[in-house]
Amino acid sequence: MILQNVVWTISLVGMGLVALGFVYVIRQAGKPADDAATRKAAHTSNLLRRWLFGSLLVIFVGGTYATLHRFPIAPQHTPLDIHQVVDVVGQQWSWQITPDTVHAGSPVEFRVTSKDVNHDFAVYAPDGRIATQTQAMPGFTNKIVYTFTQPGTYKVMCLEYCGIGHAPMTSEIKVVAADGG
Amino acid sequence: MAALTMYPDNERLDGGNRVAFNLYIITAVTLFVLMMLLGLTMRLGQATWLSVPPDLFYRILSMHGAGMVGTAALATTAVMWFFLRKYVRLHLWAFLTNYVMFMLGALCIIFAIFVDGYGALWTFLYPLPVHGMGLWSPNAAALFMLGYLLIGVGMLVFYLDAAAGIIRVHGNLGRALGLQWLFRGTIDPNHPKAVVASTMVVIANTLGILAGAVVLVMGLVNVYYPEMALNALVAKNLIYWFGHMYINATIYMGVIAVYELLARYSGKPYPISRPFLWSWAVSTLFVIVVFPHHLMMDYAEPTWLVVMGQVVSWGAGFPVFLVTVYGALTNIYRSNMRWTMPSRLLILSMFGWAAGIVPAILDGTVRINLVMHNTQWVPGHFHFYLLLGVLPMALALMFHVIGQRADAPPNTAADRLGFPVYLIGGLIFVLAFLDAGHLSVARRMATHLPAWTATDEVGSIGAILVVLGMLYFAIRITVGLLKAPARGEPHGGTANTAG
Repeated sequence: MILQNVVWTISLVGMGLVALGFVYVIRQAGKPADDAATRKAAHTSNLLRRWLFGSLLVIFVGGTYATLHRFPIAPQHTPLDIHQVVDVVGQQWSWQITPDTVHAGSPVEFRVTSKDVNHDFAVYAPDGRIATQTQAMPGFTNKIVYTFTQPGTYKVMCLEYCGIGHAPMTSEIKVVAADGG
Repeated sequence: MAALTMYPDNERLDGGNRVAFNLYIITAVTLFVLMMLLGLTMRLGQATWLSVPPDLFYRILSMHGAGMVGTAALATTAVMWFFLRKYVRLHLWAFLTNYVMFMLGALCIIFAIFVDGYGALWTFLYPLPVHGMGLWSPNAAALFMLGYLLIGVGMLVFYLDAAAGIIRVHGNLGRALGLQWLFRGTIDPNHPKAVVASTMVVIANTLGILAGAVVLVMGLVNVYYPEMALNALVAKNLIYWFGHMYINATIYMGVIAVYELLARYSGKPYPISRPFLWSWAVSTLFVIVVFPHHLMMDYAEPTWLVVMGQVVSWGAGFPVFLVTVYGALTNIYRSNMRWTMPSRLLILSMFGWAAGIVPAILDGTVRINLVMHNTQWVPGHFHFYLLLGVLPMALALMFHVIGQRADAPPNTAADRLGFPVYLIGGLIFVLAFLDAGHLSVARRMATHLPAWTATDEVGSIGAILVVLGMLYFAIRITVGLLKAPARGEPHGGTANTAG
C-alpha cells in the first residue's frame, strides 16, 4: 500500500463530500421555506451539526492516536544502535553520500547535514515515489532511520530550493539484497 | 432590519474614502493578473511548452510568491477596512499610509528581483539570501528584505489604528473578541462579526509581522556583517511564524465579506452566536501556534513543537467546518437566494476554503509530511484555498460595490460566463498540483523530469483559464469602480430584491 495513494484517495473523498454538501445546499437555495419548514430545517441543521462535530471528534482523536502513538521520526539526541550508517552532506549543488551502497531488510541511519544553505535530502524509490526525506540544515544533523525493502537504485533529490542548481542536485543510493547479491 | 439593507449608508464611499478604496482595489486586481501571468509562465515552462531559463524561473517564482502574498494582503485589508470603519473610528491616513508603504516596499522587491537578480523566493530562507552564488548580490537580498520591512511597517500602522479604534469602542481586545460571552451571558446580537474577526487579525498578524521584522533585521545585519551568523533553525521558525500568520490573516480579513454580505443576498439573518465566538477565540490561538507544521522535516525541531503543529493543524478544521462554512450553508439553505456575482463568489469562497483545507490538514500530519513535504501537494492545497477561497471573498466585495454604481446588479451574460471559466480553470489548476504531489513531483523546480510533465500540461491549461477569468474580472471591476456613483437608491437597495 503506497501512502501517497491513500492520502490522494482520502483527499478526493473528503473534497468530494464537501462538494456534494455544497451542491445539495445550493440546489435548495432559492426555494424559500415557510415558517414550519424553517423551524424543521433549523432543528435538522442543529442535529446534523452535532453529528458532524461527533464525527470530526472521532476522526481527530482516532487519527491523532493512530499517527502519533509511534512517533514516525527517530530520536535525534540518543545513540541509535544501528549498524548501517550513512553520512550525507548537502552543498550547493551536490550530495556527498558515504557510503552510497546499503543493504535491504535492515535499518539504515542517515545522518544528514549541510555545508551552506538549507537543502532537503529526499530518497525516491525506483517507482518514482518519495520513500523518505529530511531537511539538510547548516549547523544541525538530522537523523533518518529507514529500512529499504526492495533492492534497486534509489534517486536522491533536493526538495528545498537552494539556488539555480536546485533541480539538477541529484545523486543515487544503491540498495542491494540482504545477502549482498 | 439594518443588517439586511443591501447598501447601507454607513458603507458609502465618498471623497477620500472612495479614492483610497479604488486605489487599493484597482492596484490589487491589476497585480493579481500580472502575478497570475507569472504563475502561468512557470507552469508553461515546467510543461516544456515555453522555454524559461532557470535563473529567470526562480526570479519569477520569487516575484510570484511575494507578489501574490502581498496582493492578497492588500485586497483583504481593503475588505477589513471597508466593513470595520462602520463600527469603529478608523483614520484614512492610516489606511493610506499602508498603501503607500506597500507600494514603496513593492518597488524595492521588484527592483531587487528584476534588476539585481534576487532569486531566494518569498520565504528568504536563511542563509540562502547571502548565498546567491553570483546570481544576486548581498545588496539585492538586503533590498528585498527592506521591501518586506516597509510593507510590514505599513500594515502595522493600519493594525494599530484598527486596534485603537476597537479598544475605544469595546474597552479591550478580549471584549471585542466576545470572550466575556464564551461561557455565560446573553450575547449582544449587535456585536459585529467584523469586529471579532478584525480583532483576531490584529492580535495574530501583529505578532506575525513583529516576528518577521525580527528575522528580517537579523538577516540584514548578517548581509553586511557575515560574522554575525544566525541559528538556521531559529531563523526558520521565525520566518514561518511570520509567513504562516501573514497569509492566514488574508483568509480571516477576507471572510468578513462573507459575514457582512451573505445575509443580504440570501435574505436570511446571519446572527452572531456562541459557537461563532468560540470558533474565533480558538482560531486566534490556533493561528498563532500552528506554524511548526512547516518544520516537520526539520528533525532538530523539538518534538513537542512538531506534535503541537500536527494536533493544532487537525484541530483548525473544527471552526472552519462546523462554524463558518456550516453557518454559511445553513444561511442559504431554503433561503430566497438570488444568484448574482457577489453571492456566487461568496459561496465559492466557502467551498474553496472548506475543500482546500482537506489536503492541507493531511499534509499537516507528520507521517504524511514525510512523503508529501515540498512536493506539489503543497501549492496544490494553498492555491485551493487562496485561489478559490480568499480571492473570491475579496472579489465578492468588489462586485458588490460596483453593483451600487451600475444600473443593475452584477449579473451580465459575460459575468455568467466569466465565473465558470475561473471556477473550472481553478479546479483543473489545483487538482493538477495535488495529483502531481501524489506522484511525488517536487515543487519549486525550474525543470521537471519527463515523467512529471503530464500534470504540468494539465495545470497549464487550468492556469490559462484562470488568467482569462481573472483578466475579465479585473477589467469589469476597474471599469465599474471608475464609474460615477449611481444617483439615489440603486437597484437592490434593500436586501434580496436584486436579481
